[in-house]
Amino acid sequence: MSQVSHAAIELDGLSRHFGERTVLRDLTVSLPAGATLAVLGRNGAGKSTLLRILATLLRPHAGTVRVLGEELPRRGWAVRGRIGLLGHEPLLYRDLTGRENLGYHARLHRVARERVEQMLQAVAMERRADEPVRLLSRGMVQRLAVARAILHEPELLLLDEPRSNLDPAAGELVEPLIGRASGRTRVLTSHDPAHALAEADLVLALKDGRAAYLGPPAGLDPAAVRELYA
Amino acid sequence: MTGSGPPAPAHRAALAVLRKDLLLELRTLETVPAMALFAVATLVVFHFGLNRDTLSGQLAAGVLTVTLLFAAMLGTGRLFVAEREQGGFDAFLLAPVDRTAMLFAKVAALLVYLVVLELIAVPAFALLLSPPRLGVALPGVALMLALGDLALAVIGTLVSALAVQTRARDLIGPIVGLPLLIPALIATARGLGPLLDRHGSVSPQGKWVAFLALYDLVGALIAYAVFDFLLED
Amino acid sequence: MMTHSRHLRGLAIATAVTITAALTLVFFYAPLDADQGFVQKIFYLHVPLAIVSLCGFVLGGIFAIGYLRTGRRIWDMRSYCAIHMALIFSVGGIVTGSIWAKASWGHWWVWQEPTLVSYLIVILMFATYQPLRFSIEDPERQSRYAAVFAIVGGAFVPLNFIAVRLSVEFVHPRVLNLEGGALPGSMKLVFYISLVGIALLFATLMKYEMAAKETRAETRRLRRALHACEDPGATDRPSRRTAAPVGAH
Repeated sequence: MSQVSHAAIELDGLSRHFGERTVLRDLTVSLPAGATLAVLGRNGAGKSTLLRILATLLRPHAGTVRVLGEELPRRGWAVRGRIGLLGHEPLLYRDLTGRENLGYHARLHRVARERVEQMLQAVAMERRADEPVRLLSRGMVQRLAVARAILHEPELLLLDEPRSNLDPAAGELVEPLIGRASGRTRVLTSHDPAHALAEADLVLALKDGRAAYLGPPAGLDPAAVRELYA
Repeated sequence: MTGSGPPAPAHRAALAVLRKDLLLELRTLETVPAMALFAVATLVVFHFGLNRDTLSGQLAAGVLTVTLLFAAMLGTGRLFVAEREQGGFDAFLLAPVDRTAMLFAKVAALLVYLVVLELIAVPAFALLLSPPRLGVALPGVALMLALGDLALAVIGTLVSALAVQTRARDLIGPIVGLPLLIPALIATARGLGPLLDRHGSVSPQGKWVAFLALYDLVGALIAYAVFDFLLED
Repeated sequence: MMTHSRHLRGLAIATAVTITAALTLVFFYAPLDADQGFVQKIFYLHVPLAIVSLCGFVLGGIFAIGYLRTGRRIWDMRSYCAIHMALIFSVGGIVTGSIWAKASWGHWWVWQEPTLVSYLIVILMFATYQPLRFSIEDPERQSRYAAVFAIVGGAFVPLNFIAVRLSVEFVHPRVLNLEGGALPGSMKLVFYISLVGIALLFATLMKYEMAAKETRAETRRLRRALHACEDPGATDRPSRRTAAPVGAH
């Protein structure tokens, strides 16, 4: 494509505001391919906004953003389809079944139908795949959402609190799909900093939209983490 | 690696969205039955409001046009609600597809709804208010309704996409949409008038057909040009 | 900086002079109309108001194209102020038109006059511009959606006129048409001066509104900066919800 780059994500001076409120301020981050970035910070610190910008759903207001070697938002179309987003919303239609929902996404992403069955099996949802999503428990919906997010085998996974609604067993089930073992480049946020730190190669701590810390997880002392969430 | 090429052809994505929309409607039966019921109820109101058992000519055309408009507004208001509330917009925007596919799909879905509505509402109109010669003039009536449907579908989709992101979408949709639709409604009603008249022509006046075609064309071109801006965040 | 106040003084003076001249000419120079007498003089107000407001709406649409192409808020501000002013002028236009209709045809409202009817529909269309803006909270989305609406509205103005014209089978004998073609020379001259006067008034008021909006945004920015110095926690206090663009930066 336009420029071969080793880093999966390169942010340089990224800022974003909503009206007069600045949500992200001057972020400069570089994440190598295959690595995991944990984004810490309390609600409203800008975590979700950052993920939505990386997912091409929001445009940056200042600075440059490069995702998988393509500059956003100009070449957003070139990375769409190579990103998997697992956010607070499952992005599934409540009145369609799991199989129908995944079938719809498969069509949009031009993925073979067999992949849908494969994914339903991978998240152990094949037995409940023909029930409308609205009848399923939150944990089951989250499993379907995981299947949806990686249906098209994205190179980059954006995970906004991926383990919410998942019990430990289900967490283990999705581990090979969205965990470290998946081998994908990942950006993840979590309410549970301990868990996020354990998985991360790089940590970005956000406070009021600014980078309060950027570096390896070892360099972040527990007191600073507590203060971040205070 | 899947999906890393240029955007998929718009028609394939549009078909996927349309298929999904029709499937959702079949599952929930939320929109079309409501539109049809509303249309029949409106006809009953017109019977009492006008105190007429039968209607003909321009009056009949006006009643039919307004009835269909009201019902169409109901369907239009719901067109994007599932996308907004259940993450459909995000899911669509994350896919490597041309964004105009959403416009095509929604216009097509609304057209299907309107045609089904008319398959119920026009016979109900004939039954309840017995306009003269509806059978003879049916091809002309169908042509005018089809052109009117296209106008309703294109403008309806555009306005609905605009309104669904506002706080007062139930309000914004109709008040923005109606004035924009007035030219098309004038043409539909005036074109239908002579067709439903005992002494009128059996084929619609060329000027109204031509005007509606022009309106549909302009509407479609504008919708095509601006729709992307409504999907961005 | 207040970029819009630069030519404001000159523009305001030119407007005052032209309007005064136009009014003087209307009352002391233009001949009395043979059929309608004195009341015909409202023509010098009504027709320019109508023309200028219609141009204002279309201009709002053109500015909106500028916004969508460049993403610069100044174009949104221009579009907003043009449509806002055009709406105010159009209310004046429809009221004077109604008075004129009453005086010459005996009715406050005449459906046979296609220009008046189309004009009403255009006003109904753009009257929803403000409510639309007001119901979108995110300022960027507000600007973008308002621009889309302004473009669609502007493009439908001509379609409106065609549809209404086609629907009127019998058009009133028109003593005066919009182009002023049937007017005697002296009336034509006065009409054109009035038209220029109203157009200048539109430009002046629009510039005033833009200058005021920018000043307010600037004041708000300074006040926030001041607060930030005194109380660092209060920088991101949400501002009041508004239908107007929030500053042109």
